[in-house]
Amino acid sequence: MATQQSRSAARMMMAPAVILLLGWMLVPLTMTLWFSFRNYLPMRGGDQGSAGFDNYVRFVSSSSFWPSVQTTLILVGGVLVITVALGIVLALLLDQPMWGQGIVRILVIAPFFVMPTVSALVWKNMFMDPVNGLFAHIWKFFGATPVEWLSQASIPSIILIVSWQWLPFATLILLTAVQSLDSEQLEAAEMDGAPFLQRFWFLILPHLSRAITIVILIQTIFLLSIFAEIFVTTGGAFGTRTLTYLIFQRVLESQNIGLGSAGGVYAIILANIVALFLMRIVGKNLDA
Amino acid sequence: MGQITLKKVSKSFGDVEVIPPLDLTIEDGEFAVFVGPSGCGKSTLLRLIAGLEDTSGGTISIDGNDATEIPPAKRGLAMVFQSYALYPHMSVRKNIAFPMRMAKIDQAEQDRRIEAAAKALNLTDYLDRKPGQLSGGQRQRVAIGRAIVREPSAFLFDEPLSNLDAALRVGMRLEIMEMHKRLDTTMIYVTHDQVEAMTMADKIVVLRAGYIEQVGSPLELYHTPRNVFVAGFIGSPQMNLIEGPEAQKHNAHTIGVRPEHIDVTEGSGMWKGTVGVAEHLGSDTFFHVHNTGLRDMITVRAPGEVSFRHGDEIYLTPKADVIHRFDEKGLRIA
Repeated sequence: MATQQSRSAARMMMAPAVILLLGWMLVPLTMTLWFSFRNYLPMRGGDQGSAGFDNYVRFVSSSSFWPSVQTTLILVGGVLVITVALGIVLALLLDQPMWGQGIVRILVIAPFFVMPTVSALVWKNMFMDPVNGLFAHIWKFFGATPVEWLSQASIPSIILIVSWQWLPFATLILLTAVQSLDSEQLEAAEMDGAPFLQRFWFLILPHLSRAITIVILIQTIFLLSIFAEIFVTTGGAFGTRTLTYLIFQRVLESQNIGLGSAGGVYAIILANIVALFLMRIVGKNLDA
Repeated sequence: MGQITLKKVSKSFGDVEVIPPLDLTIEDGEFAVFVGPSGCGKSTLLRLIAGLEDTSGGTISIDGNDATEIPPAKRGLAMVFQSYALYPHMSVRKNIAFPMRMAKIDQAEQDRRIEAAAKALNLTDYLDRKPGQLSGGQRQRVAIGRAIVREPSAFLFDEPLSNLDAALRVGMRLEIMEMHKRLDTTMIYVTHDQVEAMTMADKIVVLRAGYIEQVGSPLELYHTPRNVFVAGFIGSPQMNLIEGPEAQKHNAHTIGVRPEHIDVTEGSGMWKGTVGVAEHLGSDTFFHVHNTGLRDMITVRAPGEVSFRHGDEIYLTPKADVIHRFDEKGLRIA
């Protein structure tokens, strides 16, 4: 198949897609890099010339930089732990034969179809509102003082909301993996005298390792750029300012595109560091 | 020890009765083979004995103790699965060690048993490999090794050789038989291949649609099949079952003649026919003979090389003393 001719034809035909994708990536990246070295204040005189590395220095030396990195990592880590752990449990439960299996599975996937803004608003107003929220009512029913979720436990609240959104994704991927486990292996282990927990630990979990890796990698990419949930609920207050949110504030609230772009470059670096660590830790599961 | 007794054991999946109540005893040290066409319930029966399925009725006792409600791990039986069911992420050593690890046997004893099993099964060089790096035959050995180290009171085999190629199958068959002679442990072996059943078994249990059609030694089944089904199922090539006037001559509804019990001659004989396909195996020749007026096709086995060709007219003569006779219900007439 791979003659000289077919290979060059293949290159020709792939070229438009490759060029489009490259452009799609390179143009914003170059613009970000370019702006990060400019002193660009749209409402206060526009592009006022080169800024050298000033934007980079200012962004890092700001007192909100390190806390925002920390918040980002806690948020991503928290959501990953919850979605993977609960996802495995749900996948195992959904794999059991039961009445109404199809409907239950669709219901489980449903949160994934709800737009982030909408789900955050629903959680904020219907569940976490300290006066009218469902949680407040439950607390009051038991005679406790309602928790002001989004101010008193802001990070856990946002982790909860985001986990709720991403749990279906994790469950779905893990469910397909659970279903692909050879049932004879489980029966063999049963005959070998392994109770459920041992079967889970020695058979199911190793079998799921690749799916878990995929869930972690894909979710991390999306979770690093969480924005709507924070914007709608706390607006970055109460220690919920992630790096993404900090960049948004620098660009739109402070109207400083140069500073925000420098933040964007830092975000790229952070994402790469996280990706590097993840690939080191879990990436080997993808081999073989 | 490993005597297994089934009393009125039955199994239904929902409304479908897969196994009607049946009785069966497998003696200690016996090599029993469950054989039957696919869907006859032989694997289900094995799984009932293993405890992987719950019985719908009846009792299963092992060594005289009622084991019906005992979980699979506690029955003291080891099973070898059709897909081998090795644990893919564990090395061969860990696979074999797994049941002992679950039983919390001390490490020195584990190592001793693993070494012994590996030596017996030619796996010593492969102990640190993963199952994925082994050939089909080697995986089969690992699965057997994992069963041996448990020192069970009986081994259960669920079509263990069906994923192997023909040459390996013959080899593994011999190894399993030798293992049986050496260990002298009860073995129950499920297969759809009647050749495996004939060569390996002390006792064959022929099943059809959950019913036991006949229980007996391979030669009993060969010489005195209890009914038409067993007659047709045991023996290769299949017995020629003939109905109609020719059967009535022998005062039977159906008569059966095995291909090897028919003499072929050029000149004269009892039945006349035309040679169809001839299979030359060297040691034997199988003829498919048509136009005999008895049935579509009569299979004949002639020893050595016989040079009849397609379309030749030949005469067939069954040996009188080995004609099997069956009545309208398909049962043997003594």
